[in-house]
Amino acid sequence: MLARLGTFALVLAAVGGGAFWVLTRPASLSADTLTALQSHSADPQHGEQVFWTAGCASCHTAPSVDATASTEARMVLAGGRSFVTPFGTFRAPNISPDPEAGIGGWTLEQFATAVMLGVSPEGAHYYPAFPYTTYTHATPGDIADLWAYWQMLPADPTPSAAHEVGFPFSMRRGLGLWKMLNFDPAFATPVPEDPEAARGHYLVEALGHCAECHTPRDALGGLDRSQWLAGAPNPVGEGRIPALPPQGWTAFDIAAYLETGFTPEFDTAGGEMADVVANISRIAAPDRAAIAAYLVALRASPNP
Amino acid sequence: MPRLLTALATAAALALPTLATAQDMNPNVAARHAVMDVLAYNLGQIGGMAQGRMPYDAAVASAAANNIYHLSMLDIAPMFAEGTDNASAQGSRALPAIWTDMDGFNARWAALQTAAEAMKDAAGTDLASLQGAMGGLGGACGACHQTYRQPQ
Repeated sequence: MLARLGTFALVLAAVGGGAFWVLTRPASLSADTLTALQSHSADPQHGEQVFWTAGCASCHTAPSVDATASTEARMVLAGGRSFVTPFGTFRAPNISPDPEAGIGGWTLEQFATAVMLGVSPEGAHYYPAFPYTTYTHATPGDIADLWAYWQMLPADPTPSAAHEVGFPFSMRRGLGLWKMLNFDPAFATPVPEDPEAARGHYLVEALGHCAECHTPRDALGGLDRSQWLAGAPNPVGEGRIPALPPQGWTAFDIAAYLETGFTPEFDTAGGEMADVVANISRIAAPDRAAIAAYLVALRASPNP
Repeated sequence: MPRLLTALATAAALALPTLATAQDMNPNVAARHAVMDVLAYNLGQIGGMAQGRMPYDAAVASAAANNIYHLSMLDIAPMFAEGTDNASAQGSRALPAIWTDMDGFNARWAALQTAAEAMKDAAGTDLASLQGAMGGLGGACGACHQTYRQPQ
Protein backbone atom coordinates (compact mmCIF):
# COMPACT_ATOMS: atom_id res chain seq x y z
CA MET A 1 0.00 0.00 0.00
CA LEU A 2 2.72 2.40 1.05
CA ALA A 3 4.76 1.48 -1.98
CA ARG A 4 1.76 2.09 -4.23
CA LEU A 5 1.20 5.47 -2.61
CA GLY A 6 4.86 6.27 -3.12
CA THR A 7 4.64 5.38 -6.80
CA PHE A 8 1.53 7.52 -7.13
CA ALA A 9 3.30 10.47 -5.53
CA LEU A 10 6.26 10.00 -7.84
CA VAL A 11 4.02 9.89 -10.91
CA LEU A 12 2.18 12.98 -9.72
CA ALA A 13 5.47 14.79 -9.18
CA ALA A 14 6.66 13.73 -12.62
CA VAL A 15 3.44 14.94 -14.28
CA GLY A 16 3.54 18.18 -12.31
CA GLY A 17 7.18 18.69 -13.09
CA GLY A 18 6.56 17.88 -16.74
CA ALA A 19 3.69 20.35 -16.92
CA PHE A 20 5.87 23.00 -15.24
CA TRP A 21 8.64 22.23 -17.72
CA VAL A 22 6.33 22.57 -20.70
CA LEU A 23 4.51 25.66 -19.42
CA THR A 24 7.70 27.51 -18.55
CA ARG A 25 9.52 26.66 -21.79
CA PRO A 26 11.21 29.74 -23.29
CA ALA A 27 9.46 30.88 -26.48
CA SER A 28 11.00 31.42 -29.89
CA LEU A 29 10.14 33.94 -32.59
CA SER A 30 7.28 33.18 -34.98
CA ALA A 31 8.05 32.38 -38.62
CA ASP A 32 6.36 35.64 -39.66
CA THR A 33 8.51 37.73 -37.34
CA LEU A 34 11.66 35.92 -38.49
CA THR A 35 10.82 36.54 -42.14
CA ALA A 36 10.06 40.19 -41.43
CA LEU A 37 13.40 40.58 -39.59
CA GLN A 38 15.49 38.90 -42.27
CA SER A 39 13.82 40.54 -45.27
CA HIS A 40 13.97 44.05 -43.78
CA SER A 41 16.44 46.39 -45.42
CA ALA A 42 18.11 47.66 -42.26
CA ASP A 43 18.59 51.40 -41.74
CA PRO A 44 21.10 52.15 -38.94
CA GLN A 45 20.18 55.85 -38.93
CA HIS A 46 16.61 55.00 -38.06
CA GLY A 47 18.02 52.43 -35.66
CA GLU A 48 19.66 55.28 -33.77
CA GLN A 49 16.24 56.88 -33.29
CA VAL A 50 14.91 53.54 -32.01
CA PHE A 51 17.92 53.32 -29.67
CA TRP A 52 17.24 56.69 -28.01
CA THR A 53 13.48 56.14 -27.86
CA ALA A 54 13.84 52.66 -26.33
CA GLY A 55 16.20 54.14 -23.73
CA CYS A 56 18.79 51.31 -23.72
CA ALA A 57 21.39 53.77 -22.40
CA SER A 58 19.32 54.57 -19.29
CA CYS A 59 20.13 51.21 -17.73
CA HIS A 60 23.10 49.83 -19.64
CA THR A 61 25.64 52.66 -19.44
CA ALA A 62 28.22 52.51 -16.63
CA PRO A 63 27.10 53.94 -13.26
CA SER A 64 29.41 56.94 -13.73
CA VAL A 65 27.59 58.06 -16.89
CA ASP A 66 25.03 60.65 -15.77
CA ALA A 67 22.42 62.66 -17.63
CA THR A 68 24.95 65.33 -18.64
CA ALA A 69 27.26 62.80 -20.35
CA SER A 70 28.09 63.23 -24.03
CA THR A 71 26.36 61.26 -26.79
CA GLU A 72 29.59 59.26 -27.24
CA ALA A 73 29.59 58.30 -23.55
CA ARG A 74 25.92 57.27 -23.72
CA MET A 75 26.75 54.91 -26.58
CA VAL A 76 29.04 52.75 -24.40
CA LEU A 77 26.77 50.03 -22.99
CA ALA A 78 29.28 48.66 -20.46
CA GLY A 79 26.61 47.82 -17.85
CA GLY A 80 27.10 47.75 -14.09
CA ARG A 81 24.18 49.82 -12.76
CA SER A 82 22.30 48.26 -9.82
CA PHE A 83 18.53 48.22 -9.47
CA VAL A 84 17.37 47.44 -5.95
CA THR A 85 13.84 45.97 -6.05
CA PRO A 86 11.65 43.93 -3.66
CA PHE A 87 12.74 40.82 -5.63
CA GLY A 88 16.45 41.39 -5.33
CA THR A 89 19.20 43.54 -6.80
CA PHE A 90 19.47 43.40 -10.58
CA ARG A 91 22.65 44.45 -12.33
CA ALA A 92 22.43 45.66 -15.91
CA PRO A 93 24.82 43.55 -18.01
CA ASN A 94 27.33 44.65 -20.61
CA ILE A 95 25.44 44.68 -23.93
CA SER A 96 28.09 46.48 -25.94
CA PRO A 97 29.27 44.78 -29.16
CA ASP A 98 32.31 43.30 -27.38
CA PRO A 99 32.33 39.60 -28.44
CA GLU A 100 33.48 38.38 -25.01
CA ALA A 101 32.03 40.75 -22.39
CA GLY A 102 29.07 41.95 -24.46
CA ILE A 103 26.78 40.69 -27.21
CA GLY A 104 29.05 41.17 -30.22
CA GLY A 105 28.79 37.48 -31.12
CA TRP A 106 25.00 37.50 -31.41
CA THR A 107 22.94 37.14 -34.58
CA LEU A 108 19.97 39.38 -35.44
CA GLU A 109 17.65 36.49 -34.55
CA GLN A 110 19.26 36.07 -31.12
CA PHE A 111 19.07 39.83 -30.52
CA ALA A 112 15.39 39.98 -31.50
CA THR A 113 14.60 36.91 -29.35
CA ALA A 114 16.22 38.60 -26.36
CA VAL A 115 14.56 41.98 -26.89
CA MET A 116 11.08 40.83 -27.97
CA LEU A 117 10.70 37.61 -25.94
CA GLY A 118 13.12 38.00 -23.03
CA VAL A 119 14.97 34.79 -23.93
CA SER A 120 18.76 34.48 -24.05
CA PRO A 121 20.71 32.72 -26.84
CA GLU A 122 21.19 29.86 -24.35
CA GLY A 123 17.41 29.56 -24.01
CA ALA A 124 17.08 31.04 -20.50
CA HIS A 125 14.46 33.57 -19.39
CA TYR A 126 15.63 37.10 -18.66
CA TYR A 127 14.34 38.88 -15.58
CA PRO A 128 11.64 41.41 -16.46
CA ALA A 129 13.80 44.27 -15.15
CA PHE A 130 14.64 44.13 -18.88
CA PRO A 131 11.42 45.61 -20.34
CA TYR A 132 10.82 43.00 -23.05
CA THR A 133 7.09 43.00 -22.25
CA THR A 134 7.21 46.49 -23.82
CA TYR A 135 9.63 45.75 -26.67
CA THR A 136 7.57 42.74 -27.78
CA HIS A 137 5.21 45.31 -29.34
CA ALA A 138 7.95 46.79 -31.53
CA THR A 139 7.88 46.17 -35.27
CA PRO A 140 10.48 43.68 -36.56
CA GLY A 141 11.70 46.48 -38.83
CA ASP A 142 12.53 48.71 -35.85
CA ILE A 143 14.37 45.85 -34.13
CA ALA A 144 16.39 45.08 -37.28
CA ASP A 145 17.25 48.79 -37.64
CA LEU A 146 18.28 48.89 -33.98
CA TRP A 147 20.58 45.90 -34.49
CA ALA A 148 22.13 47.60 -37.53
CA TYR A 149 22.82 50.68 -35.39
CA TRP A 150 24.22 48.42 -32.64
CA GLN A 151 27.08 47.46 -34.96
CA MET A 152 28.24 51.12 -34.82
CA LEU A 153 28.39 51.24 -31.00
CA PRO A 154 31.81 50.98 -29.33
CA ALA A 155 32.80 47.65 -27.73
CA ASP A 156 33.63 47.66 -24.03
CA PRO A 157 35.50 44.85 -22.20
CA THR A 158 33.95 45.34 -18.70
CA PRO A 159 32.64 41.95 -17.46
CA SER A 160 28.95 41.82 -16.43
CA ALA A 161 28.20 41.58 -12.70
CA ALA A 162 25.84 38.90 -11.35
CA HIS A 163 22.33 39.68 -10.07
CA GLU A 164 21.67 39.21 -6.35
CA VAL A 165 18.32 37.48 -6.33
CA GLY A 166 17.13 35.10 -3.61
CA PHE A 167 15.05 31.91 -3.88
CA PRO A 168 12.53 31.38 -5.47
CA PHE A 169 13.23 34.25 -7.87
CA SER A 170 16.70 32.84 -8.48
CA MET A 171 15.01 29.98 -10.43
CA ARG A 172 14.88 31.53 -13.89
CA ARG A 173 12.70 28.72 -15.23
CA GLY A 174 9.91 29.99 -12.96
CA LEU A 175 9.91 33.23 -14.96
CA GLY A 176 8.02 31.23 -17.58
CA LEU A 177 5.03 31.31 -15.23
CA TRP A 178 5.52 35.05 -14.71
CA LYS A 179 5.49 35.49 -18.47
CA MET A 180 2.25 33.48 -18.76
CA LEU A 181 0.66 36.05 -16.43
CA ASN A 182 2.30 39.21 -17.70
CA PHE A 183 3.45 38.76 -21.27
CA ASP A 184 0.62 40.33 -23.27
CA PRO A 185 1.02 40.63 -27.04
CA ALA A 186 -1.86 43.15 -27.08
CA PHE A 187 -1.34 46.86 -26.46
CA ALA A 188 -2.58 48.19 -23.11
CA THR A 189 -4.56 51.07 -24.62
CA PRO A 190 -6.43 51.30 -27.95
CA VAL A 191 -4.61 52.85 -30.90
CA PRO A 192 -5.82 56.48 -31.13
CA GLU A 193 -7.47 57.60 -34.37
CA ASP A 194 -5.37 60.74 -34.66
CA PRO A 195 -2.18 59.74 -36.58
CA GLU A 196 0.12 61.81 -34.34
CA ALA A 197 -1.33 60.32 -31.16
CA ALA A 198 -1.16 56.85 -32.78
CA ARG A 199 2.56 57.36 -33.40
CA GLY A 200 2.96 58.42 -29.76
CA HIS A 201 1.01 55.35 -28.65
CA TYR A 202 3.54 53.14 -30.46
CA LEU A 203 6.54 55.06 -29.11
CA VAL A 204 5.26 54.82 -25.51
CA GLU A 205 3.87 51.27 -25.55
CA ALA A 206 6.45 49.54 -27.78
CA LEU A 207 9.71 51.42 -27.16
CA GLY A 208 9.71 54.13 -24.49
CA HIS A 209 8.49 51.79 -21.70
CA CYS A 210 7.13 54.72 -19.63
CA ALA A 211 4.74 52.24 -17.98
CA GLU A 212 7.60 50.34 -16.31
CA CYS A 213 7.77 53.10 -13.69
CA HIS A 214 4.54 55.06 -14.16
CA THR A 215 2.16 52.06 -13.84
CA PRO A 216 1.73 50.28 -10.49
CA ARG A 217 2.77 46.63 -10.11
CA ASP A 218 1.06 43.69 -8.44
CA ALA A 219 2.57 41.42 -5.77
CA LEU A 220 4.48 39.44 -8.43
CA GLY A 221 5.89 42.54 -10.08
CA GLY A 222 3.54 42.46 -13.08
CA LEU A 223 2.14 45.74 -14.38
CA ASP A 224 -1.45 46.46 -13.34
CA ARG A 225 -2.60 47.48 -16.79
CA SER A 226 -6.00 48.57 -15.44
CA GLN A 227 -4.10 51.52 -13.91
CA TRP A 228 -2.10 52.36 -17.02
CA LEU A 229 0.31 55.27 -16.39
CA ALA A 230 -1.76 56.21 -13.33
CA GLY A 231 1.31 56.76 -11.13
CA ALA A 232 3.03 54.27 -8.84
CA PRO A 233 5.46 53.80 -5.97
CA ASN A 234 9.05 54.21 -7.14
CA PRO A 235 10.08 50.65 -8.18
CA VAL A 236 13.77 51.26 -7.41
CA GLY A 237 13.78 53.49 -4.34
CA GLU A 238 11.83 55.89 -2.21
CA GLY A 239 9.04 58.21 -3.27
CA ARG A 240 6.37 58.08 -5.96
CA ILE A 241 6.40 58.23 -9.75
CA PRO A 242 3.67 60.64 -10.92
CA ALA A 243 0.64 59.87 -13.07
CA LEU A 244 0.81 60.71 -16.78
CA PRO A 245 0.11 63.21 -18.08
CA PRO A 246 0.84 65.48 -15.10
CA GLN A 247 -2.18 67.55 -14.13
CA GLY A 248 -2.49 70.78 -16.06
CA TRP A 249 0.31 70.06 -18.55
CA THR A 250 -0.33 70.83 -22.21
CA ALA A 251 1.15 68.85 -25.11
CA PHE A 252 3.66 71.70 -25.50
CA ASP A 253 4.65 71.36 -21.83
CA ILE A 254 5.22 67.60 -22.18
CA ALA A 255 7.29 67.91 -25.35
CA ALA A 256 9.35 70.75 -23.83
CA TYR A 257 9.96 68.69 -20.69
CA LEU A 258 11.12 65.66 -22.70
CA GLU A 259 13.49 67.92 -24.66
CA THR A 260 14.90 70.16 -21.91
CA GLY A 261 14.05 68.47 -18.60
CA PHE A 262 12.23 71.61 -17.42
CA THR A 263 8.71 71.32 -16.03
CA PRO A 264 6.29 74.19 -16.80
CA GLU A 265 7.25 75.59 -13.35
CA PHE A 266 10.96 75.26 -14.28
CA ASP A 267 11.73 72.56 -11.82
CA THR A 268 13.88 69.85 -13.49
CA ALA A 269 13.60 66.13 -14.06
CA GLY A 270 15.50 64.10 -11.47
CA GLY A 271 16.07 60.49 -10.51
CA GLU A 272 15.68 57.94 -13.31
CA MET A 273 13.75 60.52 -15.33
CA ALA A 274 16.91 62.60 -15.82
CA ASP A 275 18.30 59.72 -17.91
CA VAL A 276 15.01 59.36 -19.77
CA VAL A 277 15.19 63.03 -20.77
CA ALA A 278 18.84 62.57 -21.78
CA ASN A 279 17.67 59.88 -24.23
CA ILE A 280 14.39 61.39 -25.43
CA SER A 281 16.03 64.79 -26.01
CA ARG A 282 18.02 62.98 -28.74
CA ILE A 283 15.01 61.80 -30.77
CA ALA A 284 13.32 63.77 -33.58
CA ALA A 285 11.10 66.65 -32.39
CA PRO A 286 7.97 65.30 -34.18
CA ASP A 287 8.30 62.06 -32.17
CA ARG A 288 8.43 64.02 -28.89
CA ALA A 289 5.31 65.89 -30.03
CA ALA A 290 3.70 62.52 -30.85
CA ILE A 291 4.39 61.18 -27.35
CA ALA A 292 2.85 64.35 -25.93
CA ALA A 293 -0.20 63.99 -28.19
CA TYR A 294 -0.76 60.39 -27.01
CA LEU A 295 -0.45 61.33 -23.34
CA VAL A 296 -2.82 64.28 -23.66
CA ALA A 297 -5.33 62.06 -25.50
CA LEU A 298 -4.94 59.50 -22.70
CA ARG A 299 -6.10 62.10 -20.19
CA ALA A 300 -9.36 62.47 -22.10
CA SER A 301 -10.01 58.74 -21.62
CA PRO A 302 -7.78 57.59 -18.76
CA ASN A 303 -7.40 53.94 -17.75
CA PRO A 304 -9.58 52.18 -20.34
CA MET B 1 -24.56 84.67 13.75
CA PRO B 2 -23.73 81.54 15.82
CA ARG B 3 -23.83 79.68 12.52
CA LEU B 4 -21.20 82.02 11.10
CA LEU B 5 -19.04 81.51 14.17
CA THR B 6 -19.33 77.74 13.80
CA ALA B 7 -18.35 78.02 10.16
CA LEU B 8 -15.38 80.20 11.06
CA ALA B 9 -14.32 77.80 13.79
CA THR B 10 -14.59 74.88 11.38
CA ALA B 11 -12.56 76.72 8.77
CA ALA B 12 -9.93 77.57 11.35
CA ALA B 13 -9.77 73.96 12.51
CA LEU B 14 -9.41 72.76 8.93
CA ALA B 15 -6.65 75.28 8.28
CA LEU B 16 -4.73 74.28 11.41
CA PRO B 17 -2.92 71.22 10.07
CA THR B 18 -1.57 73.29 7.17
CA LEU B 19 -0.34 76.02 9.49
CA ALA B 20 1.19 73.46 11.81
CA THR B 21 3.10 71.88 8.92
CA ALA B 22 4.49 75.23 7.79
CA GLN B 23 5.62 76.04 11.32
CA ASP B 24 7.10 72.59 11.87
CA MET B 25 9.14 72.59 8.70
CA ASN B 26 12.81 72.38 9.46
CA PRO B 27 14.25 75.88 8.83
CA ASN B 28 17.09 74.42 6.75
CA VAL B 29 14.61 72.66 4.47
CA ALA B 30 12.47 75.80 4.22
CA ALA B 31 15.52 77.90 3.33
CA ARG B 32 16.79 75.61 0.57
CA HIS B 33 13.30 75.29 -0.86
CA ALA B 34 13.20 79.08 -0.98
CA VAL B 35 16.50 79.17 -2.89
CA MET B 36 15.15 76.61 -5.39
CA ASP B 37 11.93 78.61 -5.79
CA VAL B 38 13.81 81.80 -6.64
CA LEU B 39 16.04 79.83 -9.02
CA ALA B 40 12.96 78.38 -10.73
CA TYR B 41 11.35 81.84 -10.99
CA ASN B 42 14.37 83.23 -12.81
CA LEU B 43 14.84 80.09 -14.92
CA GLY B 44 11.23 80.59 -15.96
CA GLN B 45 12.15 83.95 -17.49
CA ILE B 46 15.08 82.80 -19.62
CA GLY B 47 13.69 79.28 -20.16
CA GLY B 48 10.37 80.76 -21.24
CA MET B 49 12.19 82.82 -23.88
CA ALA B 50 14.34 79.85 -24.95
CA GLN B 51 11.21 77.71 -25.45
CA GLY B 52 9.30 80.47 -27.26
CA ARG B 53 6.71 80.86 -24.50
CA MET B 54 7.47 84.60 -24.35
CA PRO B 55 9.28 87.06 -26.65
CA TYR B 56 13.00 87.59 -26.15
CA ASP B 57 13.86 90.69 -24.10
CA ALA B 58 17.57 91.25 -23.56
CA ALA B 59 17.13 93.33 -20.39
CA VAL B 60 14.76 90.85 -18.70
CA ALA B 61 16.96 87.91 -19.74
CA SER B 62 20.07 89.61 -18.42
CA ALA B 63 18.46 90.39 -15.08
CA ALA B 64 17.22 86.83 -14.64
CA ALA B 65 20.59 85.34 -15.63
CA ASN B 66 22.33 87.67 -13.17
CA ASN B 67 20.01 86.55 -10.40
CA ILE B 68 20.71 82.89 -11.18
CA TYR B 69 24.43 83.56 -11.16
CA HIS B 70 24.26 85.27 -7.75
CA LEU B 71 22.05 82.51 -6.35
CA SER B 72 24.60 79.95 -7.52
CA MET B 73 27.27 81.82 -5.53
CA LEU B 74 25.39 81.25 -2.25
CA ASP B 75 27.10 79.07 0.32
CA ILE B 76 24.43 76.41 0.64
CA ALA B 77 26.34 74.21 3.10
CA PRO B 78 24.55 75.47 6.25
CA MET B 79 21.14 74.77 4.65
CA PHE B 80 22.20 71.17 4.05
CA ALA B 81 22.99 70.58 7.73
CA GLU B 82 23.40 67.01 9.03
CA GLY B 83 20.13 65.36 9.95
CA THR B 84 17.97 67.14 7.36
CA ASP B 85 17.56 64.34 4.80
CA ASN B 86 14.23 63.03 3.56
CA ALA B 87 14.04 60.42 6.33
CA SER B 88 14.71 62.94 9.12
CA ALA B 89 13.09 66.19 7.99
CA GLN B 90 9.43 66.37 7.03
CA GLY B 91 8.76 67.72 3.56
CA SER B 92 12.30 67.13 2.32
CA ARG B 93 13.23 65.03 -0.72
CA ALA B 94 16.97 65.40 -0.11
CA LEU B 95 18.48 61.90 -0.27
CA PRO B 96 21.00 60.64 2.31
CA ALA B 97 23.45 60.32 -0.62
CA ILE B 98 24.14 64.06 -0.19
CA TRP B 99 25.74 63.45 3.19
CA THR B 100 27.50 60.20 2.27
CA ASP B 101 28.94 61.85 -0.86
CA MET B 102 29.31 65.52 0.08
CA ASP B 103 32.21 66.00 -2.35
CA GLY B 104 30.06 64.80 -5.25
CA PHE B 105 27.20 67.01 -4.12
CA ASN B 106 29.46 70.06 -3.85
CA ALA B 107 30.85 69.33 -7.31
CA ARG B 108 27.26 69.46 -8.64
CA TRP B 109 26.69 72.86 -7.07
CA ALA B 110 30.02 74.05 -8.50
CA ALA B 111 28.87 72.85 -11.94
CA LEU B 112 25.78 75.03 -11.55
CA GLN B 113 28.04 78.04 -10.87
CA THR B 114 29.97 77.36 -14.09
CA ALA B 115 26.79 76.98 -16.14
CA ALA B 116 25.26 80.09 -14.53
CA GLU B 117 28.34 82.13 -15.35
CA ALA B 118 28.10 81.07 -18.99
CA MET B 119 24.42 82.04 -19.02
CA LYS B 120 25.19 85.43 -17.41
CA ASP B 121 27.42 86.24 -20.39
CA ALA B 122 25.03 84.81 -23.01
CA ALA B 123 21.53 85.84 -21.91
CA GLY B 124 21.76 89.53 -22.87
CA THR B 125 23.50 88.96 -26.20
CA ASP B 126 20.70 87.47 -28.30
CA LEU B 127 18.15 84.66 -28.28
CA ALA B 128 20.44 82.16 -30.02
CA SER B 129 23.19 82.68 -27.41
CA LEU B 130 20.65 82.29 -24.61
CA GLN B 131 19.33 79.08 -26.13
CA GLY B 132 22.88 77.79 -26.52
CA ALA B 133 23.58 78.25 -22.81
CA MET B 134 20.26 76.79 -21.68
CA GLY B 135 21.27 73.13 -22.14
CA GLY B 136 24.23 73.46 -19.81
CA LEU B 137 22.15 75.16 -17.17
CA GLY B 138 19.33 72.61 -17.34
CA GLY B 139 21.88 69.81 -17.33
CA ALA B 140 23.44 71.16 -14.14
CA CYS B 141 20.05 71.20 -12.40
CA GLY B 142 19.14 67.73 -13.68
CA ALA B 143 22.47 66.09 -12.85
CA CYS B 144 22.11 67.00 -9.18
CA HIS B 145 18.43 66.06 -9.00
CA GLN B 146 19.24 62.75 -10.71
CA THR B 147 21.45 61.55 -7.87
CA TYR B 148 20.48 63.50 -4.79
CA ARG B 149 16.70 64.05 -4.89
CA GLN B 150 13.95 61.51 -4.31
CA PRO B 151 11.10 61.42 -6.87
CA GLN B 152 7.81 62.84 -5.58
